[in-house]
Amino acid sequence: MTDVKNLEELFQSKIDAEQKIEPKDWMPEKYRKTLIRQISQHAHSEVVGMLPEGNWITRAPNLRRKAILLAKVQDEAGHGLYLYSACETLGVSREQTIDDLLSGKAKYSSIFNYPTLSWADIGAIGWLVDGAAIMNQVMLCRTSYGPYARAMVRICKEESFHQRQGYEIMAVLAKGTPEQKEMAQDALNRWWWPSLMMFGPTDANSPHSAESMKWKIKRQSNDELRQTFIDRTVQQAEVIGLSIPDPDLKWNEATQHYDWGTIDWTEFNNVVAGNGPCNKERLVARNKAHDEGAWVREAALAHAAKKAKRKAA
Amino acid sequence: MSNNPNNWPLWEVFIQSKRGLEHKHVGSLHAADPQMAIENARDVYTRRQEGQSIWVVPAGAISSSQPDDAAMLFDPADDKTYRHPTFYTMPEGAKYI
Ligand SMILES: [Fe+2]
Ligand SMILES: [Fe+2]
Repeated sequence: MTDVKNLEELFQSKIDAEQKIEPKDWMPEKYRKTLIRQISQHAHSEVVGMLPEGNWITRAPNLRRKAILLAKVQDEAGHGLYLYSACETLGVSREQTIDDLLSGKAKYSSIFNYPTLSWADIGAIGWLVDGAAIMNQVMLCRTSYGPYARAMVRICKEESFHQRQGYEIMAVLAKGTPEQKEMAQDALNRWWWPSLMMFGPTDANSPHSAESMKWKIKRQSNDELRQTFIDRTVQQAEVIGLSIPDPDLKWNEATQHYDWGTIDWTEFNNVVAGNGPCNKERLVARNKAHDEGAWVREAALAHAAKKAKRKAA
Repeated sequence: MSNNPNNWPLWEVFIQSKRGLEHKHVGSLHAADPQMAIENARDVYTRRQEGQSIWVVPAGAISSSQPDDAAMLFDPADDKTYRHPTFYTMPEGAKYI
């Protein structure tokens, strides 16, 4: 008992001294479990996140946009890989992690359960969804677990074009015909609130946050990150002449932040519980891709075995 | 290169200089087994506090791309400048993007 207590103190003192925890270090079981859950959910989000955008690759308005969207979706696949690998350093198998996604046991970011109805949605996703993800990921570059932090540094570097390409799409549409501008505004209207939900429950309703902060897995609270995101994004919307769909939005001179309305948490909980517009569709698509790829994985193994045999002979 | 089984095998050495940083390749050495490789690596590669963790990998276990293939492998990225943030024109006055 005393041993574990000493180990825990040593562990916490490393964290307090801003030292990273590495895979071979002793860590509390709960720290390991929390990280496995968080990193695998993060990985699943990268992978499922390819679906709503993939929907528009063949219908991108021109070759430039198509090449960009392909490159972005390709990046997200890579992000999934970096994160699955970081997760494996905690002693879980890749297979188990992916099985949990496919069976519906594991969660991924709820934002990807909304449909992409028009081309402007691709702009809104890059600008708002990647924008919100970047806020969170920049914080995670300083998370206490070494492999997770290193994956985040790499991801943040690659992310830097994602938000800009989305904002560029929105800016171009907003300057286009009245119909194009309306399309951009409609996308902003639909993606704004779900993007704010990406930061998770309010601090008052976020039971695991205190522990994650103590362990420096998280370094800023959900509400802090959400507020910074709002403050930055409102200015960007103004610049391109679009309006944020929140009648309560108002600059507060005293706090130097925007005051804003309330999130519909019933909607949030509904989507998390599996009842969003696309939850079923996303899981079906993932399972289909996994099943239909089975023969490729088997063939690659058979080919490798044959080559090894030929070399040995 | 000798195939004499009495020669100690070659190990590639990777050192992590500080917690949180990646392990970096620093060189190689011969040793009879992994434990000895780590001890020898400690002696030759970390005499001046260069490291806080060591990885050793049997040199034969590393597969490498061929220099002649470099163009085929890496040139395709040359014309994909849209993978960089500088490719995009941001509207005048937009901040934090
Ligand atoms: Fe990503
Ligand atoms: Fe992204």
